[in-house]
Amino acid sequence: MQLIACPWCGEREEIEFHYGGEAHIAYPEDPYALDDEQWAQYVFFRDNPKGPFAERWVHSAGCRRWFNALRDTVTHEFLTVYGIGAERPSHTSTAPAAPRAKGQEASR
Amino acid sequence: MTVETPIRFSPLSEWQDDFAQLPTGLQVRELPYLTQLTLRVAPGSAAAKAVESALDITLPGPLRAELSGDVKVLWMGPDEWLLAAPEGLQDELLAQLRSAIGDEFAAVTDVSAQRTTLALSGHLVREVLAQGCAIDLDPRATPVGSCLTTLLAQAPITLVVRGEGASSVWLLVRSSFASYLATWLVDAGTEYRGSSG
Repeated sequence: MQLIACPWCGEREEIEFHYGGEAHIAYPEDPYALDDEQWAQYVFFRDNPKGPFAERWVHSAGCRRWFNALRDTVTHEFLTVYGIGAERPSHTSTAPAAPRAKGQEASR
Repeated sequence: MTVETPIRFSPLSEWQDDFAQLPTGLQVRELPYLTQLTLRVAPGSAAAKAVESALDITLPGPLRAELSGDVKVLWMGPDEWLLAAPEGLQDELLAQLRSAIGDEFAAVTDVSAQRTTLALSGHLVREVLAQGCAIDLDPRATPVGSCLTTLLAQAPITLVVRGEGASSVWLLVRSSFASYLATWLVDAGTEYRGSSG
């Protein structure tokens, strides 16, 4: 089973954690100023990168605290974990480039 | 209309006979009705210092428990501790802590009914727990005084290491999960029955 390093509890099994979607989605400063399309963008639209992705996780069976993690969506490797209010660390994928079939090149 | 006082019972009061059947290397005993208070306070704050001086302890850091006094202090999260004391001290301890905290920012809540405590001891404890728990109970990884909130056989527990090499541990388990965990423990201990253990 994959181990995830909780910033407080250290490495624990994946089943102790829950996923909270993409990180750094700020609540709109003035929600009433948004039209329906912008609101839909805020509520539903998320990045889907191939490579490092900033995500929220919660250690629900341990300290029950939320944290952010940078995970490589190609390899499932956790590149780093950081605090919930912190800036996204700059980090490029440490994973070996995944073999890409023609026509399946990553869009970014 | 009369209001009858409900009779208090502990979640595992009917399990004593089953626990007695376990091998000598795996002694299980319920510690019912421990006083348990949840303390929420920012570490290092004035309120935290007030609690520390009131209890005459230092609030333990991550994954640690302070087991020296009558009031055991278990780390549950970066700003959260569980105080475990002998039965019947809820009101006294609540009043003591609340007056110590005063107007500072902290919360103390009585959660005694939330969990029950299982005291496990014997040389088989580590081996049996390993069947359902991924935590490394080697003394180098989890020395005496370690306090880990994790899963045992998929049930959420808080595990406190009280004896060298996990020869003695406390399992704090939610009351509603207690009979499930007792069932699992009795089953996990079955294979050691009749051995010299």
